[in-house]
Amino acid sequence: MELKLRRGGAMRLALGVYATFLCVFLMLPLVVVVPISFSSSSYLQFPPPGWSLRWYRAFADDPVWMGAAWRSFQVGVSATLLSTVLGTLLAFSLVRGRYPGKQLVAQIAATPLILPTIIYSIAVYSLFATLKLIGDWRGIVLAHTVHALPFVVIIVAAALRTFDVSLEHAAMGLGASRLRAVWRVTLPQIRPAIVSAMFLAFISSFDELVIAMFLGGSNMTLPKKMFDNIVNEIDPVIAAVSVLQIVLVSAILLVVARFGSGARPPD
Amino acid sequence: MAEAAVLPGTAVPRRWWSPHSGPALLAAAPLLFLLVFFLYPVFRLMLLSVEGGTTAHFEKALTDGLYVAVLLRTLEIAAYVTVLCLVLGYPFAYFLATATPFWATIGFVFLLLPFWTSILVRTYAWMVILGRNGIINRFLLDTGLVSDPIPMLNNLAGVLVGMVHVLLPYAVFPLYSAIRRVDPGLLLAAEGLGASGWQVFRRVFFPLTLPGVLAGSSLVFILSAGFFITPALLGGGRVIMVAVLIEKQVRELLNWGFAAALSIVLLGAVLFVYFLLRRLMRSELEWS
Repeated sequence: MELKLRRGGAMRLALGVYATFLCVFLMLPLVVVVPISFSSSSYLQFPPPGWSLRWYRAFADDPVWMGAAWRSFQVGVSATLLSTVLGTLLAFSLVRGRYPGKQLVAQIAATPLILPTIIYSIAVYSLFATLKLIGDWRGIVLAHTVHALPFVVIIVAAALRTFDVSLEHAAMGLGASRLRAVWRVTLPQIRPAIVSAMFLAFISSFDELVIAMFLGGSNMTLPKKMFDNIVNEIDPVIAAVSVLQIVLVSAILLVVARFGSGARPPD
Repeated sequence: MAEAAVLPGTAVPRRWWSPHSGPALLAAAPLLFLLVFFLYPVFRLMLLSVEGGTTAHFEKALTDGLYVAVLLRTLEIAAYVTVLCLVLGYPFAYFLATATPFWATIGFVFLLLPFWTSILVRTYAWMVILGRNGIINRFLLDTGLVSDPIPMLNNLAGVLVGMVHVLLPYAVFPLYSAIRRVDPGLLLAAEGLGASGWQVFRRVFFPLTLPGVLAGSSLVFILSAGFFITPALLGGGRVIMVAVLIEKQVRELLNWGFAAALSIVLLGAVLFVYFLLRRLMRSELEWS
């Protein structure tokens, strides 16, 4: 559909100028870290006095930074897989099921979204302390899965609701079992939604600081290491890490755009 | 929805096993997971706040001037952020909804790229931009526009800039979808009946986008009330929000009971606003 501003040119122009300013505000922090990451100076000088790759090298040569990055990746992938499986099951149940208490289940599934992260963090910290799970990366995976679950449920449920069930019934009419029909017809159809959900789940874990701060103990994730660096030393390594993260996220976004768009069945 | 139409007044026999019980069973594993790793720890925390049968922690949280001030300050900041996000986000959402596909795509890229970028990265960047020797102050000093650096960090201004930057997309998305849903025929009708441009906006267009306004504002308010990273780093210890206070109580003072009471008070305030807005929206959660 087409909405048009009746006032015509002047208003349209003002809106365009405003949108440009807002885009500058949105992009400014991302753009600023790039020159700093290539600076030759240890101080936050802008513009940098000279150029070097020393902060990227400092990141790659530091086992603490690399360990934190690897741990975050490991936690992110695990939490993504777990929350995608659990969230997709829950979405199927909420969209297809008709049972007493469904409203309550939907409410419970949404609650981690409303509960401030700091409250969940200390709650799970106190529980995991008694279970001796503090400092164990698998503990962070469990908590991050809770954190990511509502995103997966919302996205997959929305896709399932627009999915035409008669396609699945047709497959079953042609002799497929329910499981096979879901696997070969329904899931390929909602694949873009699942890919988006996985992306969201991964980023929500990979960027998450507060839960990891409490549960990580001395085993730091990347956000915790970055937080400590900002608070304590604030050298341009953090800018180099920032640029690498921005590049990583952009790359994943491209992958999602590629695989999220087509809804072709496999084979 | 896969639900068959049920005529009003027809009794639906409820059996333990029916063709619809299969989907119900699918919820078992995720529900058990949430029960053990979400509901149980949160419930345990709530019990900690009244451990020993005393309500002293709540009395302290709700009557001690220091803590009441932090709580009110948190809600005040959340309200500022919400209003700023709506005011800044509404015209931008309108731009996205009405621009040509090319410009809308550009706008979305600029909105989404920061949205997907780590909050820590962005907070760090704001420290570089807003600091005493930051980019803005350097520019202002070099050009002679100011003689002393303007304090933009470790105060409310810095926290607001950082929080609005993080939360703006959460306001723009629901506003965008609400604006897209407006039927242009209604605007033409209002105009045809003699309404001025402002009247069309004020009496027709804006009320039609109200669900988006309410969805965006409740989301932004809830998220900002629990914010930790931005006030902790850009507030420089001078802008204390409840989340920062809770973290201190647990990690530095090991005062679990009081931290739990503060959490419940924060949660109560957030839920109060959430249900207030939900009532205003009169709409169900998306999937229910």
